[in-house]
Amino acid sequence: MTTFDKDNKDIAWCQGCGDFLILNILKDVFKELSLPVENTVLVSGIGQAAKTPQYLNCNFFNGLHGRAVPVATAIKLANKELNVIITSGDGDIYGEGGNHFIHAIRKNPDITILVFNNMIYGLTKGQASPTTESDYQTKTQPKGIGVEPFNPIAVSIALNASFVARAFCQQANESKEIIKQAILHKGISIVDIFQPCVTFNKLNTYKWFKENTYYLEDSYIPNNRTLAFTRALETEKLPLGIFYKNSRTVLEETDANSSKTIIPLYKQDLDRKQKVEEVVQTYL
Amino acid sequence: MSLINMFVKYILGVIEMLFNSSVNFVLAGEAGQGIDTATELLTRMLKHFSYNAFASLEYMSRIRGGCNSSLIRVSDAPKSFFEERIDFLFALDEKAFEHLKDRITKNTVIVTDVNFNITGLDCDTKIVLNFKELAQTLNTIRLDSIVSLGFIFALLGLDIERVKEYFGKKFSDENIRDKNIASIESGYVEGVNAGSNYDIKVNLRPDFLVKNKILINGNDAVSLGCISGGCNFIASYPMTPGTGLYTYLSQRSDTFNIITEQSEDEIAAVNMVLGAWYAGARAMITTAGGGFSLMGEGVSLCGMIESPMVFHVAQRPAPATGLPTRTEQADLDLVLYSGAGEFPRIILAPARLKDAFEFGHKAFDMADKFQVPVFILTDQYFLDTASISNIFKINEFDNKNYFIESEENYKRYFVSKKSSISQRAIPSYGSGLVCVDSDEHDEYGRIIEDASTRKLMVDKRLSKLDEIKKELIAPEFIGSKEYKYLVIGWGSNFYMIKEAIKDFNEVAFLCVKQLYPLHPDVKSLIKDADELIIVENNATAQLAKLIKASVNCEFKHEILKYDGRPFSLEELKTRLKEVIK
Repeated sequence: MTTFDKDNKDIAWCQGCGDFLILNILKDVFKELSLPVENTVLVSGIGQAAKTPQYLNCNFFNGLHGRAVPVATAIKLANKELNVIITSGDGDIYGEGGNHFIHAIRKNPDITILVFNNMIYGLTKGQASPTTESDYQTKTQPKGIGVEPFNPIAVSIALNASFVARAFCQQANESKEIIKQAILHKGISIVDIFQPCVTFNKLNTYKWFKENTYYLEDSYIPNNRTLAFTRALETEKLPLGIFYKNSRTVLEETDANSSKTIIPLYKQDLDRKQKVEEVVQTYL
Repeated sequence: MSLINMFVKYILGVIEMLFNSSVNFVLAGEAGQGIDTATELLTRMLKHFSYNAFASLEYMSRIRGGCNSSLIRVSDAPKSFFEERIDFLFALDEKAFEHLKDRITKNTVIVTDVNFNITGLDCDTKIVLNFKELAQTLNTIRLDSIVSLGFIFALLGLDIERVKEYFGKKFSDENIRDKNIASIESGYVEGVNAGSNYDIKVNLRPDFLVKNKILINGNDAVSLGCISGGCNFIASYPMTPGTGLYTYLSQRSDTFNIITEQSEDEIAAVNMVLGAWYAGARAMITTAGGGFSLMGEGVSLCGMIESPMVFHVAQRPAPATGLPTRTEQADLDLVLYSGAGEFPRIILAPARLKDAFEFGHKAFDMADKFQVPVFILTDQYFLDTASISNIFKINEFDNKNYFIESEENYKRYFVSKKSSISQRAIPSYGSGLVCVDSDEHDEYGRIIEDASTRKLMVDKRLSKLDEIKKELIAPEFIGSKEYKYLVIGWGSNFYMIKEAIKDFNEVAFLCVKQLYPLHPDVKSLIKDADELIIVENNATAQLAKLIKASVNCEFKHEILKYDGRPFSLEELKTRLKEVIK
């Protein structure tokens, strides 16, 4: 059987980068879920996280900075039999692609968005990302960022996202479980994955994430939006795990789309002569 | 009334008004007064009765108020050009007089409301109706535009019973139907009276050839062409005048199985459409120049990943928001140069209505075959103007998917000596993997940085132009083969130029339909002219610049218009007279 494993001679990530851990987690998740390679598409934008599909044996669409979400949405609409998974970073999804992120949650395509959140811009050498802590100083923000960081979990829950979770890449088993559930969930699934940038983020290190996070207790049931929102606002220590789930109608199955997406578009008959002829006749 | 008028006529000796080749009606009123609905009803009915009908709308960027108008022509033969001349102005709002002051002449017959101030109008014939009283008598709401239609039917000498029968079938709701028919009848009576009081004679007869022709506007023609080309996915963000195509496809999305997605912005739209093509859809976008500006990066991505793509760019006056509901041809440069980097593209500009249908179809075939972005350039005037056209020939068009079933070790960007076009596969169809990357990539579609692969890929992409050049759309040549002057134009100016050159000797017209790459006939036909005249709806003669970039020539005369309005036949003739000696 074809697997997602790929021989990589040269990986562009820094030694010790959290992305390596996520790559391994993903390989395990795909294997354990028995995702067929041919039926799975990875979509990404630009940035170090967005390079993930390059290091897997997979179909991929590595598009423009910030634009993974609309691409993935359309792929799912055109062929809902595909597993569509986004692997991109915090700058890509929350910054450049913020508007798409918001509206994709409203639309609710059955896709999975994995955001490798290192709270910094790595590839452009250390500027603030939307999730950088307010008092953190960078070369371009020498007096500190000075603005409120973006809270993707709270925003997602506020928009009634179908699946909202947070993971930390160093904790492989827990992360694997969360990502598996995200992929299996029908509807848009958002997993914000904490991932240290060992080169440019001196604050949010492995140690920092370990000390400043904890898992939502076993008794927590992720079906109450108000409660989930309250938990998403916690800042003292950041909760990990699945915050919220619902089973809203997916975009592929709305009244407008349900009949059109049954057969993937590429398999549909293109001969429209008779029907076009009938429409032309109405202009006679 | 009739007696007074006869007396006036006796005193002033009013000359009989006779219309026997064409008559131009203009309906004008506020947005919300039903000008466009009345225009649609009128032209559809005229077509039904086998008249050569033409209609062009101009409107302001507002939902209520302001002043909008439509020109409706009835003629003895098909006449598809815009004219300023107004024979009958139905002014349903007082603002119409100011709005149309440049087009109202002594010969314009004004039909308007008794309460409006018409003293300042220098027209020989002014007919006032009491619309309010008419409605009160009929016990209906005011439908001034529908009353006007009744008036027009009387002038044309149509049998009121046939008119009533036609409209009886048009409205399914009984109450609405009765009100409309009553309004038509009351207007009809006024029209009959006015016709005899003012000696107005409209001697236009139905043309039996119209029976087998269609009445269609540019928007519907290009939309139907795209449907015919197999479009099954459209993502767009509404922007006038591009929205009409999106609406048309949405309205017929169940019939043709088209996924229609209103995206959050234009950036999302272009990326969605590229994602859709990647997964096997035949996808497109419709927008205006301003919306297209936001898609520049997507055009560049399209070039890099060698995706098929169809853009409908409906031009309107810019920069920025410009004149949202007016017309211009100033986005040729924009679509020609949009997107970072160097890659081939195709730009088509329909001129005739049948071109719009054919190019809509062809765009999909060309995009899929050559794996390049294809642009269909139209404009507000073209889209909002309806006229009689020969019926579209559907049987000429077969749809073909160019993608293949992939095999293991499939290379999306396989470089072969035989063809610069690598066979396109789509995920899950076959055993190969489909990788596309906005970064420079190798044959598999995976990121690279080495110089030799980079050069190989740039050459591969650019050499698709050689393939494209084998299947260019020829320009249309009209006029005497023995020409001294050659008028060159494109798009919506077609019908005006075609008509205007009839007044001149030794003048021919070359209408360029594929703007990029240019067909070799453009070059050869230009060579034979003594003097070149470019006619464009823009300020910088963009097509002329494009032609000069590849053909050694000079445009001695530039006839340009950029006030947001289309060329009228009258203006074009006047300006041609200034340059043709």
